[in-house]
Amino acid sequence: MTTVLAASPLATAASSHRGLTMTLFGVFVLTTLGITVWAGRQTKDAADFYAGGRGFTGFQNGLAISGDYMSAASFLGIAGAIALFGYDGFLYSIGFLVAWLVALLLIAEPLRNSGRYTMADVLAFRMRQRPVRTAAGISTIVVSIFYLLAQMVGAGSLVALLLGVSGEGAKRWTVVAVGALMVVYVVIGGMKGTTWVQIVKAVLLIAGAALMTVLVLARYHFNISSLLGAAADASGKASAFLEPGLKYGTSGTTKLDFISLGLALVLGTAGLPHILVRFYTVPTAKAARKSVLWAIGIIGVFYLMTLALGFGAAALVGPATIKASNAAGNTAAPLLAQELGGGAGSTGGAILLAVISAVAFATILAVVAGLTLASSASFAHDLYANVIRRGRTSETEEVRSAKLAAVAIGAIAIVLSIFADKLNTAALVALAFAVAASANLPTLLYSLFWKRFNTAGAVSSVYAGLISSVLLVVFSPVVSGAKTSLFPHSDFHWFPLENPGLVSIPIGFLAGWIGTLLAKETADPAKYAELEVRSLTGLGAH
Amino acid sequence: MGTPPNEEPAPPEGQRIDQSEEFRSLRGSFRGFAFPVTAGFILWYLLYVLLSSYAPAFMATKVVGHINVALVLGLLQFVSTFAIAAWYARFADRRLDPSAAAIRENFQAAALRVTGQTSTTRLPQEAAE
Repeated sequence: MTTVLAASPLATAASSHRGLTMTLFGVFVLTTLGITVWAGRQTKDAADFYAGGRGFTGFQNGLAISGDYMSAASFLGIAGAIALFGYDGFLYSIGFLVAWLVALLLIAEPLRNSGRYTMADVLAFRMRQRPVRTAAGISTIVVSIFYLLAQMVGAGSLVALLLGVSGEGAKRWTVVAVGALMVVYVVIGGMKGTTWVQIVKAVLLIAGAALMTVLVLARYHFNISSLLGAAADASGKASAFLEPGLKYGTSGTTKLDFISLGLALVLGTAGLPHILVRFYTVPTAKAARKSVLWAIGIIGVFYLMTLALGFGAAALVGPATIKASNAAGNTAAPLLAQELGGGAGSTGGAILLAVISAVAFATILAVVAGLTLASSASFAHDLYANVIRRGRTSETEEVRSAKLAAVAIGAIAIVLSIFADKLNTAALVALAFAVAASANLPTLLYSLFWKRFNTAGAVSSVYAGLISSVLLVVFSPVVSGAKTSLFPHSDFHWFPLENPGLVSIPIGFLAGWIGTLLAKETADPAKYAELEVRSLTGLGAH
Repeated sequence: MGTPPNEEPAPPEGQRIDQSEEFRSLRGSFRGFAFPVTAGFILWYLLYVLLSSYAPAFMATKVVGHINVALVLGLLQFVSTFAIAAWYARFADRRLDPSAAAIRENFQAAALRVTGQTSTTRLPQEAAE
């Protein structure tokens, strides 16, 4: 999803109505800053800062989860992928949605009952604290930084494009502004502020997508078959546009790559740290279950709408115009908004374009704030308080270190995003899912459901999953040996797939199993009994 | 703060509850639902992924107008996800929640008999619901 700036109908329209777009951006930023200050005043202790006081309802948290999950990659990326590759773009949505059942059935409620603030709380429950918290803290921060980079690199190009400003300077300032805002949300508002930002963003995103979906369907008299037919005709690929294979069906390797991606998507969600910490913001396991149920409904409906948006953009805007604006298709949804409002140059078009651009901006800001919070919480609670200080810190000191960590992570993310702005954001998001599925999910499942699992197993599972997934990407076409690589002019790749999941997920599971069997220590049955009782009944839960 | 959660006062009777008939039956119902259903939806999803990759001709079969098998199967993944979520919600409401509540109440009643007072620190937050 690297962005190519080009003179396009969008850029021209955007620059002539930049004032309106900027105003809407400004309104969103001011509103959310207001919420953040209000939430900050109510944030007194660590449970407020990390878990929003555990006072959100299932419905509120369901909206916030949807806000955290529906990133720019899913709003702009999936709509764009469908507009350019037809059916193959839709394949992403399905994996992203089905994945929620893993979280619903196996993770959300036990995690809510047995943990306190971070994923590592559950992993370290019956293990030796320091090695397990170190491993889990590192993997939390690595996954979040990959995800953060994807969002911020995308944000830089995208906001510049939506505002119609071009050049490296504008992109850099956008990245710096987005990074600074996300740090402010987290440091001042903590989890309470961040959650409300997610809720506002989720409502805006759903409303924007719903409005566009209705407008698209109305053009085709609510006949889905004729929308699909028009999209296929406009694509120039006829009925192949509506069948799987345009993107992933070209060779044996791309087919394997698709299976690898599919596995990473479906198993990664339940291991994403910024999603897992959301389950701590509600009072009970039952409320955690309700949040996931709401999230499945909201996210599912949203992905169905992206289908209409993607095919609508293909039919009404056309792939040629979309590609001219952005090679990866990221501007398909904004271009469609302009078309639905009356076309380039019309007032209606400009207004709808500005609204959808502001929604995209809100989407990016909310997601990066969630990621910064999850990673700084893990730094403070796992690495600082429990590993470095061995549990000898005060609550105030721990929260202060989380705020400092948020500033540091924000700074690192800003610098990396500026230097890594050629990276393919879709590959980065898929990599974050692959690392989460390989390093976090096996350890979580073993910890919760396998009595014999022990410290050695937990540590080997996290590190093996983390290292194998990252190394396989380093030696994949994502980094070298292809035109779209990070280093297109050198070639040291030997792993053929872009997504490592097919290999690294089994490695994560195997390493946990072998590590457990080889270790001399045995698991403590009393601790497991306690974890089991707590996770299923809520007795002793925080 | 700074204290790992497992060093907090947790039910000392963890092991006793874990061995109890009621708890074993709760765990059995939970696992008996969650494990096979998870295996089922993952296989169903993988079947869909494999068909998309290796059975393009089948997926391209037209059903009605421009709507083909690939789109219908994709939408069925949405339908099955919504249906499984609703099924689990109903199952958990009827089968898991009442027996988890009963185990908590037994434990609290026992704790009350021992201490002679309500031990609020040991009360799970579930009680607030």
